[in-house]
Amino acid sequence: MAQIFHRSANTLSRVTIFGAVFVAGFVLWVIGGIVRSPYFTNQGIHREQPVPFSHQHHVAGLGIDCRYCHTSVEVSGFAGIPPTSTCMNCHAQIWTNASMLEPVRASFATGRPLVWSRIHRLPDFVHFKHDIHVSKGIGCATCHGRVDRMNLMRQESPLTMSWCLDCHRAPEKYIRPRSEVFNMSYVAKNQEVLGPQLVKEYGAKSLTSCSTCHY
Amino acid sequence: MSDSKPLSFTEFRARVGDLRGREFWRSLEELSRSDVFDEFMTQEFPQQALALEKGVDRRNFMKLMSASVAMAGLAACRQPADAIVPYVNQPENLIPGRPLYFASAMPLGGYATGVLVESHMHRPTKIEGNPQHPSSLGASDAFMQASVLGLYDPDRSQVVRKYGDTATWGDFIGAVQPIVTAAKTNGAGLRLLTQTVTSPTLGAQIQTLLAQYPGMKWHQWEAVNRDSAREGARMAFGGYADVHYDFTKANIVVSLGSDFLASGPGHLRYARDFMSRRRVRHGKTTSMNRMYAIEAGITSTGSVADHRVPVKPSQIEGIARQILAGQASTPVLKALLEDLSANRGASVVIAGEEQPAVVHAIAHALNSQFGNIGTTVLVTDPVEVAPVNQLASLQELVRDMNAGAVKALIILGGNPVFDAPADFNFTRALDKVPFRAHHSLHYDETSLRCHWHIPDTHWLETWGDARAHDGTISIMQPLIAPLYNGRSAHEVLGALIGGLDQTPYQTVRTYWFAKGATEQTWRKWLHDGVVEGTTLPTRAAAAAAPPATQHPGNPATGIEIELRPDPTIYDGRFANNGWLQELPKPNTKITWDNVLLVSPKTSVTIGYDPDQREANVNERRTRYATVTYRGVKMNLPVWVVPGHAENVATIFFGYGRRNAGKVGTGTGFNTYPLRFSNALHGGPGAEIRIDETIEKPYLVACTQEHQSIDPKDVGERGLVRASTFEAYQKNPNFAKEPHHGSDTAGHENESMYPPWKYSDKQAWSMVIDNSVCIGCNGCVMACQSENNIAIVGKEQVVRERELHWLRIDRYYRGDVDNPEVFHEPVPCMQCELAPCEPVCPVEATSHSEDGLNDMTYNRCIGTRYCSNNCPYKVRRFNFFHYADYDTPALKPMRNPDVTVRTRGVMEKCTYCVQRINLAKIDAEKENRKVRDGEITTACQQACPTQAIVFGDMNDKTSEVAQLKAEPTNFTLLEELQTRPRTTYLATIRNPHPSLVKHA
Repeated sequence: MAQIFHRSANTLSRVTIFGAVFVAGFVLWVIGGIVRSPYFTNQGIHREQPVPFSHQHHVAGLGIDCRYCHTSVEVSGFAGIPPTSTCMNCHAQIWTNASMLEPVRASFATGRPLVWSRIHRLPDFVHFKHDIHVSKGIGCATCHGRVDRMNLMRQESPLTMSWCLDCHRAPEKYIRPRSEVFNMSYVAKNQEVLGPQLVKEYGAKSLTSCSTCHY
Repeated sequence: MSDSKPLSFTEFRARVGDLRGREFWRSLEELSRSDVFDEFMTQEFPQQALALEKGVDRRNFMKLMSASVAMAGLAACRQPADAIVPYVNQPENLIPGRPLYFASAMPLGGYATGVLVESHMHRPTKIEGNPQHPSSLGASDAFMQASVLGLYDPDRSQVVRKYGDTATWGDFIGAVQPIVTAAKTNGAGLRLLTQTVTSPTLGAQIQTLLAQYPGMKWHQWEAVNRDSAREGARMAFGGYADVHYDFTKANIVVSLGSDFLASGPGHLRYARDFMSRRRVRHGKTTSMNRMYAIEAGITSTGSVADHRVPVKPSQIEGIARQILAGQASTPVLKALLEDLSANRGASVVIAGEEQPAVVHAIAHALNSQFGNIGTTVLVTDPVEVAPVNQLASLQELVRDMNAGAVKALIILGGNPVFDAPADFNFTRALDKVPFRAHHSLHYDETSLRCHWHIPDTHWLETWGDARAHDGTISIMQPLIAPLYNGRSAHEVLGALIGGLDQTPYQTVRTYWFAKGATEQTWRKWLHDGVVEGTTLPTRAAAAAAPPATQHPGNPATGIEIELRPDPTIYDGRFANNGWLQELPKPNTKITWDNVLLVSPKTSVTIGYDPDQREANVNERRTRYATVTYRGVKMNLPVWVVPGHAENVATIFFGYGRRNAGKVGTGTGFNTYPLRFSNALHGGPGAEIRIDETIEKPYLVACTQEHQSIDPKDVGERGLVRASTFEAYQKNPNFAKEPHHGSDTAGHENESMYPPWKYSDKQAWSMVIDNSVCIGCNGCVMACQSENNIAIVGKEQVVRERELHWLRIDRYYRGDVDNPEVFHEPVPCMQCELAPCEPVCPVEATSHSEDGLNDMTYNRCIGTRYCSNNCPYKVRRFNFFHYADYDTPALKPMRNPDVTVRTRGVMEKCTYCVQRINLAKIDAEKENRKVRDGEITTACQQACPTQAIVFGDMNDKTSEVAQLKAEPTNFTLLEELQTRPRTTYLATIRNPHPSLVKHA
């Protein structure tokens, strides 16, 4: 009986079998890449806001401290979004006729709150607490980036679990003196020495139990 | 599985008689141990196969599949856009992300219990007891916990209705104008029907109204009323008086059908005080109190009594008279009399609300005779604004309605069409009134028969005031603006009084400022939740001798009926509360239903073939019985309870609502037709037979055998351990004695599971004192509220899929006719070497550094291996999408600190890890360790008897570490070497020495 398959079929089948592994691997790699990409993590995306509030202007330009608006960052898990009245503290006096600020004035006059688009969003099964991070010497800029250079707010970090764990496994890489937490432009000179020292001083812990965040 | 033949009754009795090696048992079926039962128990989810027994037809299959495809599509979506809405002006003291607590009070049956309400961004999410309130002392019961769901209930009435059509509040005010104008000259036709009123402000408004409209009459009615207590006090003390008790000083307590630990005004306080004398601590406790309970069905109170005497309710009067006369016909009564005489001034005799007034009078006489009045029994002026005999009050109203004398009836709260005594024919009488208005939370049976309906405000939505069992006044403050356009009773009365529109806030505040409040005191009252100095003073009193018997002799034939309010849905008002519906009723563990409770012997008398029952009950089915009582015929499912009195059928009322809402309508059976005005709590002369014409069995959602630890060795494996105080003093280490299978000598540190080091961290652990647990369910409901636990519905409960993270196991010991009862709450044991962890293929359940057995919902893929491997059966699985994600009204109700679980996810007790984490963060910010007592779990916080203690067992000074060192501390299934963090203190009872049966 004649050979049904040509000799080259042997090679072809080997290539196909091994190729399939590589193809599958490649597909997984692509999927992995996509879910970590800004398309999924929303990194760097600007959203339309009722008022084009500029952190760059208020923080870098005017030198307003983070906590002037985000009042509960040291005492609560939620940093707080300023009520309209906080805006009006200044804007009752300056730029009182700016058309850009009309929604703010309208909100204050009518009592209807401003509706901001959320930039940093974690899934409901993750419980992040600002207060403990701030008190253990994690700076605002560590996660939020150089907010003082952002005209419109955007998400700097991917906020993926592996990104969280990067610091939770080795807090000494990111910890800074408490006095520098709200300093946007802080750069550590010798993090290798200072990091472990601060971790010890502040009692920062490498917390990687599931129930640290998931409950 | 039904091929194997069930045991015959003779064989069953033979096994009952032979209790060696079977000390403790959980149910009759287990005791008889048929092969059917064994097979039933060995299946993980025995009812699971039933889900598809009917198959899925093509149409449903398509529906299900399209839904899954749609869901799969959704899951691949990116993060949804989300909004942040800050305040315009942020309220003072509010820190976003942290809850605030406000003091208020929950009224039930008129009496208030102080609460602290947790409020997230001004949304009430959780109720706790107010430690400063005398009726609570920080504890809370199931009704208090479940009222959060009651508040958000989307089925609440949302609009004023006229003849069932939408109307406005203005329309109603317009409609009452002619009525009140007419009433100014002659108010005889105007009637007001309220429930029990203790609110001083409401009382004052009613007095104003009565003064304004001469001839107008005020009636009060509540189905669960305290007429017997009122009239009993009147017989004894010559006028209305309130009686409350100080159980901390009582060495001997005699309950004459009273469930004082779990129902009635002040029950949380009584439970705390009573159990403060039963907490046995090594080397410290020198004495215990002793309780004798004389009752028909097993109540929470009777279940923890040292001696329980099951008798017909009608026999209690006779027994009480015997005690009064100093006669003792049985050894128990002899012991009881001996104890009472030896403890003059340090005992309490307490009569049940369901007992006739004369029994209350006898109880007062007994207290007087034994010198208790003024020490343990405290008599005060009435707490109510105007105490009346409510039955007589309603009777008068019905008579006048029938005579056509009532021209306008305003009903504030209550549901008399549903719950008035059957022989009053309330509905027929009501229909004769030309103007009827009903003010209530739901558009219910009574609203349907009224011209006008005004939606009420929930107690969490309005201003008000109410008094506690000892008279202490609390100001109730709203936690949220009325969600559904409700109007409070103050507003409805304001509309009748006329004049300027006053908000409830103005009404309450004006009343108290007129009484001398200042801004400062007012603020303090609101903050504290109690008005200082308003506790009613105790007055000296001596009880008169009780009148001769007022009740006809008990006919020997027939079965006696005992009618009691339902332990979870009360008089029916909580029927639409799913949490309470699904709460297993104390002792019977039945959910979503009411049944006819009888003893094993009586079940045979009424024709329930024991063989058939055995076969039925294993699958949680039962037969209907026909009850014929005073001309009323009714079919009710029979349920057999060990320890129930012979020839008595206990029936709970409150079920069978026709207009309760989506949840409550159509559950259970309406048994109010059995309630007659001259026998409100039941009576003799009922005829009960199994209905042979109904072949189809009735399915009962009973959680008794659900999630049970392997039953084969209940007695042998020491799942529950008990002793008497006398024996304990001789041998404090009784709980450490080896049990069958627990002989691990020389193998203490052997384990299949990898070791874990915990030494340098905080080790969270829990100790539950079985001695003081009364099985009241407060913890179960607190857990449900704190942890966003979903309800699953009756059909799913039947399939063993209920989600309660905490169950209360109930064990019996001894004779089926009068067994001892033991309660054992079982949360997750948080094993140090947890069998659930190694079997999870995706590491969704893992160990935390401080020894918690974590459950990570987002990792879980639903293999259920963990549940299969859990020897304690504490894991719960979301077979379906039980959590309601869609109803907007329920969203603000949930605890924002706990994930709402979805389908296909395992869940279990977390030791309230959200509370642990919050406390840890607060401590870390101050660079310190969490202090002992800083963390309370939800179950611990609710527990009226402080049976649950939580803390760090590595801190040797902590309460939990000290309890773990008690000789009575024991571990469930210790021989498995899972090293649970949750351990138990063995039950210690204090029977009279002469009555202890020596083995």
